Amino acid sequence: MTAPMPVRPPEPPEKPPPAAFGKTAGGIPEKAPVQRRPSRLLAPLRETGKLFALAVAVARAIFRGPFQVREFIEQFWFVASVTILPAALVSIPFGAVIALQVGSLTQQLGAQSFTGGASVLAVIQQASPLIVALLISGAAGSAICADLGSRKIREELDAMEVMGVSPIQRLVVPRVLAAMLVAVLLNGLISVVGTLGGYFFNVIMQDGTPGAYLASFSALAQLPDLYISEFKALIFGFIAGIVAAYRGLNPRGGPKGVGDAVNQSVVITFMLLFFVNMVLTAIYLQIVPAKGS
Amino acid sequence: MGIEVVVEGLTKSFGKQNIWQDVSLTLPAGEVSVMLGPSGTGKTVFLKSIIGLLKPEQGRVLINGVDMVNSPERDIMETRKLFGLMFQDGALFGSMSLFDNIAFPLREHTRKKESEIRRIVMERIDIVGLLGAEGKLPGEISGGMRKRAGLARALVLDPQIILCDEPDSGLDPVRTAYLSQLLIDLNAQIDATMLIVTHNLDIAASVPDNMGMLFCRNLVTFGPREVLLTSDTPVVSQFLAGRREGPIGMSEEKDAATLAAEQQADTVPLPTGPRTVVPQLEPSPGMPVRQGALRRRERVMSMMGQLPEAARTAILDSYAPAAGGARA
Repeated sequence: MTAPMPVRPPEPPEKPPPAAFGKTAGGIPEKAPVQRRPSRLLAPLRETGKLFALAVAVARAIFRGPFQVREFIEQFWFVASVTILPAALVSIPFGAVIALQVGSLTQQLGAQSFTGGASVLAVIQQASPLIVALLISGAAGSAICADLGSRKIREELDAMEVMGVSPIQRLVVPRVLAAMLVAVLLNGLISVVGTLGGYFFNVIMQDGTPGAYLASFSALAQLPDLYISEFKALIFGFIAGIVAAYRGLNPRGGPKGVGDAVNQSVVITFMLLFFVNMVLTAIYLQIVPAKGS
Repeated sequence: MGIEVVVEGLTKSFGKQNIWQDVSLTLPAGEVSVMLGPSGTGKTVFLKSIIGLLKPEQGRVLINGVDMVNSPERDIMETRKLFGLMFQDGALFGSMSLFDNIAFPLREHTRKKESEIRRIVMERIDIVGLLGAEGKLPGEISGGMRKRAGLARALVLDPQIILCDEPDSGLDPVRTAYLSQLLIDLNAQIDATMLIVTHNLDIAASVPDNMGMLFCRNLVTFGPREVLLTSDTPVVSQFLAGRREGPIGMSEEKDAATLAAEQQADTVPLPTGPRTVVPQLEPSPGMPVRQGALRRRERVMSMMGQLPEAARTAILDSYAPAAGGARA
């Protein structure tokens, strides 16, 4: 009655098709395509290389038109709208914590009058770029990664490429630029809000004097501190955008892969940004002399 | 006039898994070709390799002298503007309305005025029967509508090579018939080279000039439609008849033991003898003569000597009744 279901042996025989299969199969001796097993050990290196390749491609595409103004503005607005409020809300307690910690330390050391300068330096040089890093990778990067990833698995990116439009030019460049610009502006916002928060807590809670706070501020802080802070933010924006785009463009295996990619993109960006922050800080401390020295 | 697509010795693997190897064929300029094959034989992969989205390890795909596998990315991008690819599920941009989706290639690649774009897009929307839905988002319409919108988008730049990935899946038989007619009419109007990947037997039997079939990591055959339609190669005849008996199993190929048992059982006498070849679809009345069909006729006549007997008879039959194959 019913024919037995054809069952495949566990190891499918790699046999050449029967000769009756016609002209194309006949005549040409079957040879397995040359394949090198990619080494597992080198996988992280390969991924890093691809990440750098994407960074270079994006950097080149930035300077080669056509520039997608509309997409850029939309993305800028989007990234700004998801990061501004959390940034402001995070920076107040952050400034406060630094002010309180430094304040109590300087009190023990008897250097209370320098509280202002120390806490401001900590906020502008370290806290502010790191808060930018958290928000740009956590809020903007995850959104970029999820967006590109879902477009990838819906074949939208393939469709775009088929129509002769480069997804890097059309989608990735505006997103990376938007992340960079928002990061720089956000860094300014956080610096201001964090400094004000530190001032408030130092003066109100710890009975510091406004005069001493401001005097020590101008005694210790200098303009290059602000430059390095903004420069860090710019680099962080670029890295966060590139990593998010890279993970979003290469999700592994369907919808689940997109979720994983978003997760990984945030984690990878965090690690990269904290590392880069360390390197930049070390270089800055070496090449820019501290004020008054 | 369309452009010839020459595929030479193409081999593609994903990791250790070989998809197909050493595929060589030529899509003649301006003719309609169909690539058949059971599910999972790499038909879509083949399509994507032709357009350069996937890079096979060996072989080349030549279009106007550009190798879509190995040429510089810039040349490939430029050549892709000659293509229209209809994706299996439309691949529309989810954030844009149907109108914007279909207008996308025009806005990216031409400097046409918005009124001109509107005219062209609405014309294409009318062709695929989506008038009234142009403001909807892809998420708000049915799969069949998405497919037709994808076709409209593929057509908007008047491509010279049209690739269709399973145009019938998700469409009802009536719409599939309309779509078949639409493809033939399009071919008559713009004389584009077309490759349709499908496993729909109606499309396969009535639309193409040429047919090929992928099975078991190889191109079984590629040639004039009559060759495949009259072929007695077991794989082809099983596929065209939609039978269980034959080399194709549930998971692509059957093992030898099952096949032998099947032959021994031999309960149902299989219908043998030459199968009838359904006449090819003609362009609708009012459409121009298909230039591709005229060229094909010459080409097929000149290669008559190399074709199998059954195919030869079928071809002669189709051209016999007062030049019915191509109305002058």
